[in-house]
Amino acid sequence: MPSPVNVPVLSKADQDRVAQVGIDLAMKNRCGSYLQMDQEIVQAECSQQGIEILSFKKAMEKYDGMKEYTWQAVSPEKDDITRYVAAQKDPKGYVIIAHKGSNNILPIQACLYLGREQIQHVHNIIIAEEGAELHIISGCTSGAHVGKGGAHYGISEFFVKKDAKISFTMIHNWSENIEVYPRSASIVDDNGVFLSNYVCMQPVKKIQMYPTATLRGTDTVARFSTVVISTPGSYIDIGSRAILEGRGASAELITRAITKGGTIISRGDIKGKTAGTRGHLECKGLILNDGIIDAIPEIEGSVVGTELSHEAAVGKLAQDEIEYLMSRGLDEDEATATIIRGFLDVKIAGLPEALQRQIDASIDVAEKAGF
Amino acid sequence: MLQIEDLHVRIGDKEVLHDINLHIGEGETHVLLGPNGSGKTTLLMTIMGFTNYRITEGKILFKGEDVTTMKAHERAKRGMGMLFQRPPTISGLKLGKMLTAISKSKGVNIPELAKSVHMDKFLERDINKGFSGGEIKRSEVLQLMIQNPDFLMLDEPESGVDLENISLIGTAIGSLLEKDMHLVKRKKSGLVITHTGFILDYLDADKGHVMCDGEIKCHGNPREILKDIKQRGYKECLECRHQ
Repeated sequence: MPSPVNVPVLSKADQDRVAQVGIDLAMKNRCGSYLQMDQEIVQAECSQQGIEILSFKKAMEKYDGMKEYTWQAVSPEKDDITRYVAAQKDPKGYVIIAHKGSNNILPIQACLYLGREQIQHVHNIIIAEEGAELHIISGCTSGAHVGKGGAHYGISEFFVKKDAKISFTMIHNWSENIEVYPRSASIVDDNGVFLSNYVCMQPVKKIQMYPTATLRGTDTVARFSTVVISTPGSYIDIGSRAILEGRGASAELITRAITKGGTIISRGDIKGKTAGTRGHLECKGLILNDGIIDAIPEIEGSVVGTELSHEAAVGKLAQDEIEYLMSRGLDEDEATATIIRGFLDVKIAGLPEALQRQIDASIDVAEKAGF
Repeated sequence: MLQIEDLHVRIGDKEVLHDINLHIGEGETHVLLGPNGSGKTTLLMTIMGFTNYRITEGKILFKGEDVTTMKAHERAKRGMGMLFQRPPTISGLKLGKMLTAISKSKGVNIPELAKSVHMDKFLERDINKGFSGGEIKRSEVLQLMIQNPDFLMLDEPESGVDLENISLIGTAIGSLLEKDMHLVKRKKSGLVITHTGFILDYLDADKGHVMCDGEIKCHGNPREILKDIKQRGYKECLECRHQ
């Protein structure tokens, strides 16, 4: 088991914030850890045989630039964010490689912590080689007092090889003055499975991301689940995309969005390019206080034999549901919270229970605060 | 247990219940009969405290306390409970989670109770989502078993339920209403809406009332009223009162 993470510069309040995004500093239930505070790499180690956690720089040295992977899923010319990260002379971030046939029962954690006023940039590469299974929880957070604000630019490239599986659970807990621009993409080979879970229950100034999974292998699977709450002043432009190229590829994109006065642009896009592919996209939004939920589901089929569907709904809490629970003895606040908790309860098939519990715990924190 | 005096109720701008008077004593079970749309469900929803049903005149006394303006959860806490004919589907909320929420600190064994009404396989299902008629009613009964109310309102507990499930549901409801106890020891009361009367085999009802056009127009022995209705229909049944 890797040693506990020693982070003396973190206050108790900040340690709590780190814990809220699923980071276990004691390392009791983790097999590996990567911790980056601002641009300083505090820890990169893994005790699981067959799985490596390296800093981006070390991985480049060890594997001769990782030409097969670096900037292969995400284009460096995609936008200003990717160009900024690509131009860095001292790149940061992590590389996790699950070598052929390996798997981790305890998840690996990756914590990206923003503590000072600056841009934190990372370039991450995650690889599950043939037959490997890799579970990662990525907790991204900022200090309780970040001053005038900051930004996080994160490139993540995932490679799911033949018969391999990656689950990537990302929990965000930023601040009202932080802007976040993840740019991530995954490439999935034959029989590969890619699961992506994203949870953001806390205020943030702006998030913009649109992760894409290209299912180029046969019988591949991608599942994206997104659970977000937008508070006043938050602007969350978030989506997920699946490109179904391999025969038998399937994708499911599920979003639960709640606005308490902020803005959520909820995008989703599935492209069916091969016969025998299936995709479903679902976005449900709940407006608790006047704000914006703009659901933009797109499905594009271009061959006979692809089956794509979507459903989107935006509305308010139903009074008959609240009163139904009240007739069972719950007061109005309890009934409301119980229904919202149910609304956010998205279970992902194939996700290890420990990670599902972590997702539930981060929603519990929001529930205890009264959503 | 329940005393309703001169009750008038509106839904929107329309008065739907007119001058309702009803007294249900401790340990008594009453039956509410009447054609579709006569106001039976409206009366139960009003007694439970649903806000769509606005009381414009009259009052509801429960255990001697005026509950006319109380919210539904306050009435539930005082011992009212209701089996809904068409409860809402709550997407994402698992039946087990809801049962935990309503059981609070009562220390009930939810899996065991669920098993007793064959709902143990439904605890991880969204409430009422894709449930059959019988499953909905068994889910309702299970919730009431946890709630264990003193006054039980049952809105067509047998509708959409097959014969085998009627027996299961009827027996469970009978137990909730303490029908397995001696008459003098019964403390629980009930108000039951039924069209078929099948449920009465398990409930041993004391009095019957017939509603029509938002009014209670007839009282009497529930089985005799039901027999009359079955033989002659509601029209003649209601006319007899005016002869």
